[in-house]
Amino acid sequence: MSTTLLPTNEPTREPESRSLLPETRPLPGWMPWALAVAAVGLSVLLLLALGSLNLPLAVVVSVPIFAALVGLASARLEGTRRAKDRIVTVVVYTCFALAILPLLSVLITTIQRGASHLTPYFLTHSQRGIGPRDEGGGIYHGIIGTFEQVGIAALIAVPIGLLVAVYLVEYGRGALARAVTFFVDVMTGVPSIVAGLFVYTAILLGFGTTPKGVWGGLALSILMLPVVVRSTEEMLKLVPNDLREASLALGVPKWKTIVSIVMPTAIGGIVTGVMLSVARVIGETAPLVLTVGATDSINFNAFDGPQASLPLIIYDQAFRSSPYAQDRAWATALTLILLVLILNLVARGIARWKAPKAR
Amino acid sequence: MATTPPDLDKPSTQLGTTRSASGVRLGDRIFRGSSMGAGIFVLVVMAAIGTFLLIRAIPSLTSNESNVLTTQNFDPDNNDWGIAALAYGTLVSSIIALILAVPVAIGIALFISHYAPRRLAVILAYVVDLLAAVPSVIFGLWGLRFLSEHILPIERWINDWFGWIPVFGGSVNSASSLFTAGVVLAIMILPIIAAVCREVFLQVPRAHEEAALALGATRWEMIRTAVLPFGRPGIISATMLGLGRALGETIAIALILSPSYAINASVLEIGGSTFAANIALRFGEIAETGRSALIASGLVLFLITLLVNMGARAVIARRKEFSGASA
Repeated sequence: MSTTLLPTNEPTREPESRSLLPETRPLPGWMPWALAVAAVGLSVLLLLALGSLNLPLAVVVSVPIFAALVGLASARLEGTRRAKDRIVTVVVYTCFALAILPLLSVLITTIQRGASHLTPYFLTHSQRGIGPRDEGGGIYHGIIGTFEQVGIAALIAVPIGLLVAVYLVEYGRGALARAVTFFVDVMTGVPSIVAGLFVYTAILLGFGTTPKGVWGGLALSILMLPVVVRSTEEMLKLVPNDLREASLALGVPKWKTIVSIVMPTAIGGIVTGVMLSVARVIGETAPLVLTVGATDSINFNAFDGPQASLPLIIYDQAFRSSPYAQDRAWATALTLILLVLILNLVARGIARWKAPKAR
Repeated sequence: MATTPPDLDKPSTQLGTTRSASGVRLGDRIFRGSSMGAGIFVLVVMAAIGTFLLIRAIPSLTSNESNVLTTQNFDPDNNDWGIAALAYGTLVSSIIALILAVPVAIGIALFISHYAPRRLAVILAYVVDLLAAVPSVIFGLWGLRFLSEHILPIERWINDWFGWIPVFGGSVNSASSLFTAGVVLAIMILPIIAAVCREVFLQVPRAHEEAALALGATRWEMIRTAVLPFGRPGIISATMLGLGRALGETIAIALILSPSYAINASVLEIGGSTFAANIALRFGEIAETGRSALIASGLVLFLITLLVNMGARAVIARRKEFSGASA
């Protein structure tokens, strides 16, 4: 730490620097890299000796070896406290790599197995008349179903969600507001299958009706609502109070202040939140299993008869062992991932572009 | 305004009775009322979920001839069903997920909040969030058709070396086990746990951190003495939120597990089932009483996740009072 002022090789200063950190001299900058190479080499040798050399295993084995080598070297040169610090650094970086690994694996597998089957034909034809063991077919019926169901969900959840957020930020005081905030949070944790069961019991059993696309949309809206509320709430809170006060001081009624001053200021963030909530529910499968039925045919009318959807198609085809069904499952998965990614990227783009400058 | 002389008798209402006054009141009243109504609607929906599930669960509960809590079998159409095996499978797979995910998630959160370069941290946090955006059905497909063949050797290895522990015992010949389900769940709940931990770690007062560093602490010692103690309630509530997600996860588990209704001490052996997966898998083929029983199991799941989530939120809310932390 004070090496520039106190040269470490001066023997008389030794006890003072020791009292702060038992450090003699820091690990040279090239050392960790050399140790990393050594760790990889050691793990390869070890695996060769055991006769089971492959890339993933070599990576898995070399990380702890690297941590051990760095720890040992640092303990000798810098003392045990620095060594511990370095080992923890290796562990923390490893944790992050561990999170990226499955994400990459899912993306790469889906692209590898799905890309070649994701053709214009696949996107514009339905599965009608094509058995699970047959080749061909497409997901046009699922795309229509997903868009209509998610659209219905958004039509229900967005207005209600905006109103709830406005209530919480602009009006809500006291016990009721606290209860609403709390249960909106709890609602984000409602399992998706429970939302499906709720619509099934309340609507399908309650009114004795049959599975339809609209009931799927209703179930999705329950999952969407808390996400819309939370993100809108955060955005409304970012709107500076000066704007509200300026508007009210000019005699503008409160509701008009909210509608024409507060909301437009936060609109970028609100749109982002809505898009992220759409991205969240577009891949939901469980509630649809219980509420929309399933069909191989194109059904434009969400209010009449069973409807397909992209997640349901994946769920259905994934179980089938026929290679054609597998291809269809992966290609549908790729379509869905692309939809979710596009929604996410556009949403973040809007957020960056129109973020309220309140920080 | 300018032409009408001021009414000196009622100066206070003068302001209130201008042309737009009644309009203001009406618009405000409608807006306030509808937004409040929307707030109440949230409470009504939560109450309605519990009520409707309970009403529809009662028929199967009354006609059941076995003890609901202790029976492992699930054959409601013959009035022989219970939730013991489902509860066990749900709990075990979620615990495996937590054991795997929590330490890694804390590491990720620390990486983003204290290790990664500032400019990079935002992007890396976004990459972790992308993991949360992948739909669960795709994790299921990936788990069933990709991960299971790669995780089987690992499960065999654990079985070979640690088979003497009952949890890892039995014979391993398929990856459709609670362990595989737990691994996939761990991946799925990583982002939420990491995100909540990250928020809390970022709110550690700078003064605490700088004080630790100024006293000569290394980065790890600073984290251990300043960041982790401050963040502990956040870690606890993040864990509970993750648990809530894991308990209710449906489709990924339904795709990965080969369902069986038996309590098996070994997590590596094929079989097991969870509340949510069981509902999705059995819903299509079961008759009316069966559906009622599925609804009953869904009600149990709803109540459990409700408790877990309320607990998690209560921990966060208590923290909020003195730190302003939000998650």
